[in-house]
Parts: sequence; C-alpha cells; structure tokens
Amino acid sequence: MPSEVTTRPAPKEARDVRVLVLTGYGLNCEAETAAGFSRAGATVELVHLSEILDRGARADALAGYHILAFIGGFSFGDHIQSGRVFANRLRFRLGEALCRFVDDGGLALGVCNGFQTLVCLGLLPGVSRARGTPLAAQQAALVHNDRLGYFDTWVKLAVDTESPCVWTRGIGPTIEMPSRHGEGKLLFLDDSLRDEILASRLVPVRYADASGAPTEVWPDNPNGSPGGVAGLCDPTGRIFGLMPHPDAYLYPENHPDWIRQHDAGALPAAGLGLRIFENGVRAALAG
Amino acid sequence: MPIYRLEIENRPAVPDALATKTAQTLSAWLGLSPARIRTRKVYLCDLDMSEAEAHKVLAAIADPVIEVAALGALPDGEPGDPPVILTVSFLPGVTDAVGKSVKTACEDALGRALAGQVYTGTMYLVWGLGRTDVARAAAEVLHNPLIQRIRIDEPPRRPDLGVPRAGATSTPRTEIVALRGLSDEALERLSRERLLALSVPEMHATRAHFEAEGREPTDAELECIAQTWSEHCKHKIFNAPIDYTDPEGNTRRIERGVFKTYVVAATEDVRKARASSGIDGDAGDFLVSVFSDNAGVVRFTDECHLVYKVETHNSPSALDPYGGAMTGIVGVNRDSFGCGLGADLLANVWGYCLGKPNHTGTLPKGLMPPRRIRDGVHHGVIDGGNQSGIPYMRGFELFDDRFTGKPLVYCGTVAAMPVTTAGRPTHEKFTAPGDRIVMIGGRVGKDGIHGATFSSVELNESSPVQAVQIGDPITQKMMFDMLAEARDRGLYSGITDNGAGGLSSSVGEMAEASGGAEIDLARVPLKYPGLAPWEILVSEAQERMTVAVPPDKLEAFFALAARREVEATEIGTFTNSGRLVVRYGEEKACDLPLAFLHGGLPKVVRTARWSPPARAFATAVERDKALAARPIGNLVVSMLAQPNIRSGDRYARHYDHEVKGLAVVKPFVGVSRDVPATATVMRVRHGRDEGVVLGEGIHPHYSDLDAHAMALACADEGVRRILCAGARIDRMAALDNFCWPDPIKSATTPDGEHKLAQLVRACEGLYEACVAYGLPLISGKDSMKNDATMGGVKISVPPTLLVSVIGQMKDVRRALTLSPRAPGDVVYLLGETENMCGESELSRLLGLSLEGVPRTDPKRFAALYHAFAAVHEAGLVRSAHVLSRGGLAVALSHLVMASELGLSISLDAVGQGLAPAIALFSESTGRILLTARAEDAAALEARLAPHALVRLGAVEPGVSGRGYVRIRHGGQTLTELGSDALRRAFQEESHAV
Repeated sequence: MPSEVTTRPAPKEARDVRVLVLTGYGLNCEAETAAGFSRAGATVELVHLSEILDRGARADALAGYHILAFIGGFSFGDHIQSGRVFANRLRFRLGEALCRFVDDGGLALGVCNGFQTLVCLGLLPGVSRARGTPLAAQQAALVHNDRLGYFDTWVKLAVDTESPCVWTRGIGPTIEMPSRHGEGKLLFLDDSLRDEILASRLVPVRYADASGAPTEVWPDNPNGSPGGVAGLCDPTGRIFGLMPHPDAYLYPENHPDWIRQHDAGALPAAGLGLRIFENGVRAALAG
Repeated sequence: MPIYRLEIENRPAVPDALATKTAQTLSAWLGLSPARIRTRKVYLCDLDMSEAEAHKVLAAIADPVIEVAALGALPDGEPGDPPVILTVSFLPGVTDAVGKSVKTACEDALGRALAGQVYTGTMYLVWGLGRTDVARAAAEVLHNPLIQRIRIDEPPRRPDLGVPRAGATSTPRTEIVALRGLSDEALERLSRERLLALSVPEMHATRAHFEAEGREPTDAELECIAQTWSEHCKHKIFNAPIDYTDPEGNTRRIERGVFKTYVVAATEDVRKARASSGIDGDAGDFLVSVFSDNAGVVRFTDECHLVYKVETHNSPSALDPYGGAMTGIVGVNRDSFGCGLGADLLANVWGYCLGKPNHTGTLPKGLMPPRRIRDGVHHGVIDGGNQSGIPYMRGFELFDDRFTGKPLVYCGTVAAMPVTTAGRPTHEKFTAPGDRIVMIGGRVGKDGIHGATFSSVELNESSPVQAVQIGDPITQKMMFDMLAEARDRGLYSGITDNGAGGLSSSVGEMAEASGGAEIDLARVPLKYPGLAPWEILVSEAQERMTVAVPPDKLEAFFALAARREVEATEIGTFTNSGRLVVRYGEEKACDLPLAFLHGGLPKVVRTARWSPPARAFATAVERDKALAARPIGNLVVSMLAQPNIRSGDRYARHYDHEVKGLAVVKPFVGVSRDVPATATVMRVRHGRDEGVVLGEGIHPHYSDLDAHAMALACADEGVRRILCAGARIDRMAALDNFCWPDPIKSATTPDGEHKLAQLVRACEGLYEACVAYGLPLISGKDSMKNDATMGGVKISVPPTLLVSVIGQMKDVRRALTLSPRAPGDVVYLLGETENMCGESELSRLLGLSLEGVPRTDPKRFAALYHAFAAVHEAGLVRSAHVLSRGGLAVALSHLVMASELGLSISLDAVGQGLAPAIALFSESTGRILLTARAEDAAALEARLAPHALVRLGAVEPGVSGRGYVRIRHGGQTLTELGSDALRRAFQEESHAV
C-alpha cells in the first residue's frame, strides 16, 4: 500500500527499514529486487510510478522511505536512449521530492536501467549538486556497448575498498554477478570531471579479468567502459548505481559454477549479490 | 500543424556502435568497404506544438553529454567531403514503437497531452561509397521494402518533412458479396482474390448457410468465416478423416482424424494410466487444463501450476524476419499469459530451422538470403523477449537448405499460474452473458490483416504485405502488468489473446463460453482512420487482448487501465443469443450463428499413401572406404564444426538468460559457458526450491527415411534431456509442434499423399512414445503449408516435429549438468548402441546416404529411464548427458569442453562388433552418458546392468587446465584430442549478431 507517512522514523531493526521499489513502464526486475531487500530483512513496497506521481508534486512524496530502488528493465523500451524517458518523467514531476530524499540522507540503489536513470537524473555521480538545490544537469552517460547489442554474461567486478560507497562495504576484493545490457559504456562529460570522480573514489566497482584486475577487454568488460567502470556512487556513498545485476545472484545456484563450487566446498550459503542489499539495509539502520 | 524534424547524433569523439556494426556487416556480406559511417536518429514530430516547445523537447531528449542535436538538419560533414546519406524510415501504418515513446517524452517535457504522432527514422551518412553502392547496401542489408521506405540524399539537402501519415478520410462500408449462382471456378477465384483460403466445398457450405437464411453474406461475414475456418485456426488437416495406406499396403480409415486418434488419445491414455496407478495421490490431477485453452496447464506445487505453449511464426518471418519473429515471441507470451484467468510469464524458448547461413548459390527471386533471415529472426526474438523481461531458457538452430523458402521460427513461453485467484480456480474462465467485451492494449490498423489465412497457404510472389506485423513489446509489457493487477483483484471473468484472426477469433471463441456476443466495431480505437469494418474485425495488430469484464467491475477496471496508461475500450457484450453479432455503428456487419461458425465446416476425407521416393544407399564398402580416408580425430573435429553441431553461443549470448534471478542450469554450461546444456533448470518462485526443467527433441532429417522413427526420436530425446538434469519421471509433459510441407495432393503437390502418410506415421510414433513414457501432450500447434514457390521454384521444408518437454524438480539444488566433476569418476554409457547412421550428422559430413534410421523402442527405453531416475534419486549419478546429433563423439566432446578434465575412453564394449567410427557417430536413441563416483560404481552397475550399461573409462585430471579425450579401441589409441582443438572447431567463426 502507498505510504502516507511523511517523516522518516529512525529504524531500530531491519524490518523497520522501508524500501520503495518503483515499477512500471517496461521495468521488469521488481520481483528479484524485492526478494533481495526482503531477504536482507527490510520491508519492501512495490509501487507503480504512476501511484507516486498521483501523490502530486509534493516534496515529501518519498518521505517515509529509507531506500529507493531503481530497478532494471526497459523503461519505455529504452527508446530514444536507455532510461531517458523514465528519467525525464521523474525529473519533471518528482524532482523536488528526489532532492529532498537525497538531502535527508536517503539511500538509493540503481541497477542497469535504474543506474542509467540515476545518471540521466544527474544524481550520479552527483558531484555538482549542492544541498537544497534542484536536480543537477547530467554529467555522465551510458552509451552503446562497443560491440553493438544486448549481451548476457557473468562478470567479475573489482571492488574499491577505499570507496565511500556504503553498498559495497566489506565486499571484495572481487564479486561476480550477471551483466546484461546493450548500453553500459560509461563516459564522463569531460576529463576533469572524470579525474575528480576517480580521485574521490566514486567508482566502487570495475569490470575485472580472471586475476581480478580492472579491464577494458571484451568479454570480461562487456561494453568497453573506459577503466572498466561498472558503477558509480555519489560523494556520500549512499547513492549507488551499477550495470551488473546483484539482484540476479540471490541464490548460490544462480552462479554458473555452483556445482563446482559445491564440490570444492566453496558454495556460499546465499547468493553473493545479497550482500549489496544487506549493506543497504545496514546503512539505513546506522542512519 | 507544422512538422518539426529533430536530428540527433553522437558527438564526434563518441563512438558510434551502430555505424561500426553496419560497416562490419557491409564488409562481411557485400564486400563493401566504406571509409566511414555515422548514424543519426531522426524524429519527425507531427504534433500540436510550437517551435519554442519543439526546442524544449529537443533539449529534454537529446543527451547533453554525448549527443548533438538540431531542429531541422545537423551539418552533413565537411563541405569538401560530402557523404551519401541513406535514410530508412517506416511505411505508412507500420508500428513505430519508438515514435510512440518520443511522443510520450514530448508530452512529459511540455506537461500536456499532444495530438498527432511522431515518425522515426535512421540516417546513415556514408563516406567512401558511391550512390549505387549505398543503394545496394540498402537493398541487401538495411532496408526491407515491405515495411520501410528509404531516401538517398547527397548534400546539400533540404530537411525532409514528409511524414508517412496513414489512413483515408472516408471509411469504406460493409458490402454484400453475392455467392448465389457463382460457378465453382468463380467461387475459387473469389476465395483466392480475397485471400480467404476457403476451398470450394467450404464455399458451398457458406453459400448454403446464407441461402437458408434467405440472404447473401457481407464481406465481414465471409472474412470472419475464413479466419475461423482457416487451417491455422481450425486445424482442418489434423481433424480430417484420412484413408491411410500404410507401408505394408493395408488401407484403413482414420475416422476421427490424427489429432483425436493420436494426440488427444495419447494424453487421455496417460491420464487413465495415472488415475489407475494412483500416482497423483492427494495432490490432485496432474493434468489441470489441456487442449482447451491458449496453452496447456499442469499441476506443480500447492501454490502454482505450470503453463506452457510453443508457437511457430514461419510465414511472417520469411517476409520480415525481424518483425515477424518478434511477433512470434510476443504473441506466444500472450497465449501463456491469457490462459485461464492469466498466468505470470516465467521463461521463453526459441528454436529456428533455417537455410544454411553460408548459402552461396543463387536464390529464387523473392527470397531473402538465409544469413539475413537468420540475423533478423534472432534480433526480433532477442528484442521481443528481452524487453519483456523474460529469460530465455532454451534455444537451438538447425540448418538445411530446404528451410530457405520458409524458415521455421519456434517461440515458446512457460508461465506460472496461481492455483487460485480472488477465490476462484485460475485455470477456469467464468465469462457469463452480460459481461462486457473489452479490447485492451494496442490499437487496430491494417497490419496483420489475413495473417491466419495467409499462413494457411504457401508463400509466393503475391503474398500480402499487410500480413506482416511488428511487435511493440513495451506496450504489451505495460498491458500485462496492468492485467496482472486486474486479475489479482478479480476484475475480469475471462481473457484471451487477439492473435490469428483478430477480434473475429478472440470474440468468436470467448462467445462460445457465454453462448453469444455482440460488438460495435465503431468503438474500436484505430491507429488511423479509413479501415473497413471487416478489416477492423480481422486485423491482427499486435499487443491486444480481449477481456470479459462483469458490469460491476467495469469502473474499477477502466480506472486501473487509465492509471497505468493502458488503452482499454468497451466494444460490446457477451450474450446467450447463440449468435456472433457485429455492428459498425448502426450498420450490421456480421450476424452468424455460433453453431455454424464453429461447427459448419464441412469435413473432407483425405488420402494418405505411404509411397516414399526410391533411395540409393551407400554400400558398406563405399562407407568403409570413406571412413578409412579420415582418421577418427579428424572426423571428430570436423563434426564439431558442422552447422548443426556448433556451439551457437555467440548468438545465444544476446538473449537474456538471467532476468528474474531464478535460473539454476542455464542454456550454456561449462567452464567457458559455451556448451549447450542438456536441459535447463530454474526456480519458479523466489524463496522456494521447486524447479521447472526444459528440454526438447527435433530431428527433421530422419523424416527423409521414416517419419515414424523421427517422431519417436523427438519425444525420446526430450524426455532423456530433462531426466539427465534430474527431472521427476512422474511429472513430465510435452508439447507437439508439427511443421509440415503441404500434405494435400494437387497439381503443385503431386507427392501430397505421401506427405500426409508421413504425418500419420509421425503421429503414430508420437503416440507410442507418449504412452510408453507417461508423457501427456498438453498443447501444441500444427503448421501445414510450409512451402514457398518463387520464380517457378518450389521449396518445401522436410516434415518437422518439435517435441518440447517440461519437467519438474522438487529441489533444484539436486540438478545435474553434463559436466564431469572430478578425476577418478567413472564414465558410463547407458543404453544400446547400434548401427544407426541413416540421415545422421555423419552421413552429412561424409556426403553419403547411409541406411539405418535410429529406431526407438519406447517400452524398453521407459524401463531404462525409470532405472536411471531411481539411481539419480539415490544420489549415484554425478553428471548426465544425452547422446543426440553426432552421437557419442559429440557428447564426449561436450563433456571435455565443459569440464576441462580428461576422459580416457574405450570403445571396445560399445555396440556389438561396430567399427569405431560407427560406435562414435551412431545416433541410436535411448542413450545417456553419465559419470559416477568410483565408490558408487558397484551399486550403480548393479542397478543399471539390465539396461545395457557400458563402462567406458574414467575421468582424469586435465593437462595445464585443459581437458582432453583419449579414445581407445582394441588396445590401440585411436585419437587424443585436447579441448583447444575441439573448441576451435566448435566455435562458429562467422560474426555474431
């Protein structure tokens, strides 16, 4: 049910953490995203974006939630450009509420189409927006993979343990998960912005080769993203987006090598993607 | 309204992946080498907005980081270095899904609703090629004249503002078509010219009906009858009585037709056997809903049933591979979704029978090169399924030049149906008189008119262009999301797909439940004006479903639809009048008794006679000479490079295998994830461990020797595949998809009687397998006219049956793959190997016609499978794989590449006195290659010994991380092949999608 709560109480335990998963318009990863946050203990609400927009242009339309999930899929078919139409709708009609949510310390996770949306909204990398100001202009873009077309593969991500990202804490040095997209190559507005992002350690995850080193080589890097950049966080570390799907690795048996892992006694008790969700809930609890 | 042209392209420093890909394709396919290509998006906005607003829109939709954009034209390069500019856009009326989204984006940017449409196109700016070469690139790669238009410009150019507005201002009215007094010849001509695909006896029956009513039919009535009676919808050949002369020369009458006699009978016999054995216990009948709905439904857990349907979309894919194949997948999605009160889509499958992609000979005029069909079909199904958020769990390609005329494009969908919804069993619709008829989803246009009748005839030069539809998966996804909510709230009483035959079929079928229906076509929302009433009635425009909504739920239903931006329109009411009444405003277009519409089709007795063409087989001497010329290792490596053996993972990787996060054994397995899985396994619901297992069998080549053996081999392989992955043997079900060449004898089909006899033989084989394996057929499809005549050349597909098997597991964590697990494990071959190389991959590799089609003994094999399932249940099996195309050699290669472990194998005990090459390449059915722990060997051997268990050898460590297979025979090592050599052959070298 849509929330009528207008202030966000500090959660005492995981189930007090309220997660809003926005759905509709061709997005399609709601079930696995909800399962991820639920298994991490949080209380999840799946709400069609039209229901949120119906609450009017109130700045507090998102109050009461601790975590916003921007899920994967094909919003509006990714026509024009991936995430573009969906992000514009959010920018025009929910911009103030999004800014308030971020300024109040809300957490956000964007996966795949959700990451593309957060980038279109300027919330990632989010270095140029000051508190209390409207949404900033877009500063990065996710463009067509070097090898044109949608590509499905498991990738290894090198995790930057020095990143401020709260979602990747304690994970690493690498984590595997599936990657599947057609537009995932991340380009920055200019080199100085890129340098600032790198210096601020706002790249929590990079595509890595078998040895765990960041790579630009296909297929370990499925899209040709320079420096292997697979995701970004904002300077607070509370907003995180990435192209690969932690939501599709909630069970140990999702991993292509799960039987070999089992035989080697190395099968984890849960899918490792779940750790991202657990980190989000943990960060919400820590305030 | 002024038209605004928006041009958007990447900044010069930003790579243009579409341009790169286009240049690669032009080079690989046509040998053209452009110096440079840039691409550009064009949006022509025919909307009621001002120039200032157009600028605002442009700023909102162009990417500020990577793109440059202009209202009007962007500069076309440097003045001294002009490109040739090719612009590809749609013909009037063709679905333009991107245009729809651009309009939405415009409305969002301006904060108000807009009238009009947006038309999109793609510009290719080509340097280094002349106008002639660019025109050739368009004709052979970039442009399909059935759905698209092009312009070729050279700078300086004026921005083209012409939009392909569709429609006419005047609406054609319903017309009376006089049948009285027409000669048979005139009736036949009428049927042909209107593309009714009705035979003379059917025209007679139609005329008699209207004579009894004392009037002539309307055009809408004729069209409605033609759609309903089409081969596509009524399966006339499958239901016809057949006088069948079998291979022994005995003639008998199959009075109830092959569908009831074999397909339905197999399911009913399995149902009876289950009932008498008490196998279902307290769980309730395994068969929940079969043959009565859009898809088959079987029991799965206390919470949900499984739904499965596989369709073919062959004819549209021949004309427009991308659009035709896309509508194949989004169409079958609607079948599974619209089963009962609605099911949740879970997994897609695909399979294509295509002409060889490296086909170099001249093609009959009017046919597309197989590589272009292949590329387009893949792209269409990739986009359709991926954008719908449904993972692909199976896929295959099979090549034969007899698929050059019409490709076979199989698309299927598994769904999970909640056992109950809003307090009712979900698998039953409860439509009642008084319920409103609501059309929901996309709008109606001329696209897809005559699809059902068109697919019931052969393809030729005069095939109608309007039969091609293009899917819009996002409109459909939004509709599904909304309908799932409506279902859970109990807002409708019945639902069905608007597929073949459009409203005439969907309303006509649903009307059978309540006993009648009345609709007003003037209420149906159109894409553009000017459609005749009959066109609205039979259009197969996509993304639409028909829903029955009780009057007290209407308000809630429409409120929800509006909130979700899904168009829903009340177009009529279900009645109990016994008639289908169709009006266009005040005008009556159609008034037909349901009894006539669904029962008035005259039955014609068909003749089938087993009369195979004589074949000359190679002698044993010729065969042995050919084999002696090639070392075994060379044969194995060559085999892996055969078109029907190769990995195929390059294409398959463009299909989403992971969305929903439920997949356990995916379509490709192994260390490098490039070996096709024996079967795939996935969870069905988050947080639960029960799983669904999918496999299939398809062997069109065996039909050339015996369709009976062919059908048995297909069902056998499907069953074996899912059992290898660990499926329960007591919960298997199958779908049958028959794709046949025209089996009715005529001047153009002199061998029709034999082709029909092949159908009878195939049905007999399928029946035998299903009964022996306890494998009910729960749904299926027959496509009977897979022939193309172009430029006087007729190309017919070989008789092809796809058996898709759906299995279940109690716990997916017990799933197995084909991959051996550890050195020291023992390798076994279960099942007998005989000299069965007829129409095998070996015969094609050697270019020899060999005797001995694989014979399946389903009763004996069933006992073997029960024993295998029991040892699997007991935990004695570590990995398992089927032997299929290419026999033991290919299966062993799969194991090596998947595991990167060594296999040391002896052929001494394989078959009785078989030459090593025959032992390796025989395609004997009923065989499983498995591994077990050495300490379990005695227990396993004790339990499987009665079923021809052969201990082949052992798993060994790889060498430097690379696997190998060492094959010995009679004390000698015949060959030792490393995985690198195997993989080089196995990986297709040609470009990926």
